[in-house]
Amino acid sequence: MTASPRTAVPTSHPIPAQPPSPAGPAIEPAGPRKNRVELRFDGHWPLILVWLLLLLIPLVASNNYVVSLANAALINLILIASLNLLMGFGGQISLGHAGFFGLGAYASGILNARWGIDAWVGLPAAVIVASLAALLIGIPALRLRGLYLSMATLGFNSILFVLFNRLVGLTGGPNGLLGVKPFSLFGWPLDNEIRAFPLIWLLSFLVMLSIRHLLQSRTGRALRAVATNEMGADAVGIDSFRTKLLFFVIAAAMAGLAGSLYVHTNQYASPETFDISNSILLVVMVALGGSGTNWGPVAGTLILTIVPQLLLDYEDAELMLFGLGMLIVLIVFPAGLAGLPQALVQRFRSRRP
Amino acid sequence: MSTTILQLLVSGIGTGSIYALIALGFNVVFKSTGAMNFAQGEWVVMGGMIAALMANSFSSIAVTCLVAVLLVTIFGMLSERLVIFPLRRPNALLITLVSIGLAICTRSLVMLLLGKKPVGYPGFSKSTTIWMGGVSIQTQTLWIIGLTLAFLAVMHLFFERTILGKALRAAAADREAAAIVGIKVETTVLLSFGIAAFAGALAGAIITPLTLASYDQGAMFSFKGFSAAMLGGVGSLPGAVVGGLALGLLESLGSFYISSDFKDAIAFAVLLAILFARPTGFLGRADIVKV
Repeated sequence: MTASPRTAVPTSHPIPAQPPSPAGPAIEPAGPRKNRVELRFDGHWPLILVWLLLLLIPLVASNNYVVSLANAALINLILIASLNLLMGFGGQISLGHAGFFGLGAYASGILNARWGIDAWVGLPAAVIVASLAALLIGIPALRLRGLYLSMATLGFNSILFVLFNRLVGLTGGPNGLLGVKPFSLFGWPLDNEIRAFPLIWLLSFLVMLSIRHLLQSRTGRALRAVATNEMGADAVGIDSFRTKLLFFVIAAAMAGLAGSLYVHTNQYASPETFDISNSILLVVMVALGGSGTNWGPVAGTLILTIVPQLLLDYEDAELMLFGLGMLIVLIVFPAGLAGLPQALVQRFRSRRP
Repeated sequence: MSTTILQLLVSGIGTGSIYALIALGFNVVFKSTGAMNFAQGEWVVMGGMIAALMANSFSSIAVTCLVAVLLVTIFGMLSERLVIFPLRRPNALLITLVSIGLAICTRSLVMLLLGKKPVGYPGFSKSTTIWMGGVSIQTQTLWIIGLTLAFLAVMHLFFERTILGKALRAAAADREAAAIVGIKVETTVLLSFGIAAFAGALAGAIITPLTLASYDQGAMFSFKGFSAAMLGGVGSLPGAVVGGLALGLLESLGSFYISSDFKDAIAFAVLLAILFARPTGFLGRADIVKV
């Protein structure tokens, strides 16, 4: 897997002389492409702006269903963005991301439903459990290249799925985990879509922001180097194993966080949400959105949220339409939908030089 | 006690043969493209479902199965031409993702055309069980083992003796070098999809009398075949056999001696333990690089 053909990979953390204007895309302060306006949304301002706009959702939504969709979408965004960090920027394909999601959900949910431990304790517990599991799988699996991590995570997810289903006393088995209480704030339970929205909104924003910071940091650049050429990275003094492990654990921790949010928002969890097919679906969404791009996960999340709603009316043909759509996108735009504006601009430019 | 073990061994080898066939198909595509082919399991289901649909159309079940397997082979090659061949810049990851889309389309096609109900047909022999060494063995299990062996022998001869098989191996070893000496690399990819679909459909056609075929089993077959291939060593044909048999035996012994509820978890846990201890699988070589 090679690095995606982005035009300008910042080799050092660009410190803008003055804060970029919130409306326009960030323009490189210096460099050979100075006079060329690029379609880049690399600064923090676009992210902040988008999240401020998202705050309007509960206000303008015509019904609670729209807000619950937004909640689900933001939780999925955490999953897709963290997988994109690992897969798109790090070149490591995990087929167990839904498993880490489930581990977080069940850890937090079981603590709450079985032992009455508060959701605010469950949230960090979910993050810790998912991180530890990632260490357990990652230490042996990431020493090797190739399909190895994919196989290990696939096996791990299969084992978790069986455990979620069969440890009935703990997980509730195929019927699902019932009786999970929502988060509460100053004794005020966040027990419906609108009340839960601000928390999910805030945490998804923090996740997106930290992913962005991570990628611009020294370790983030090391990760890209490892993804481009592991031996080359080792040669310049990057410990590729530790870099991969770090990001694998970070991605799993974020999935665990999403799991805790999910279980306390829905007050329920059932095994099939966390099976391998969903792990694969997440990989697909990273690719369709635009693997290794900043806005790819957002595009992927939009596909994952909107397309099933559009296909609801087609019942049996739904799966076929989804598969065909996926094939068409992959064959026509292999770089994913987030790369589409850039590709169109380039095509436009090359026609009229 | 020993008869129980014998029975478990036979059923384990039976299931293991099926996994070996799927793993072989997985390996052939992996060799030619470097990609994981998630459509592999869907061809297994397709083989079984088509054979069930035509169960009364031909003189014998065996002929029906052969026709079904050939139809799926054509379908597999057609799929390659439709979705893999048009890729402008194919790479392993992109082909893997496309194969997921292909798997989804194949599954829904099977569901829409052949129905959602599990279907089956009687085994190849008239009597369903025979007694052997004090244990009753399903005759279809023997057919499975025999046909798998025969297919493996044919595959071995194909890869070692025929010019086409050698071309396939050459293209897998080095695409560019193979292209220089006049091998059409794109054709070898087509051929590998044909072989993989044939192996998968054969597995489906011979297992269906025992387990029934249903449109939604494909992903499970893909994962099992993938696991068997990893266990034996990805890209190695004898490895597919060893890995398949090991996985089959693990499942049958594990479900009897430990817990049938946790059958899959046990199999995967042992699989991970083996992979962590011996990363290249039983017979694998340099496809996985140690850092």
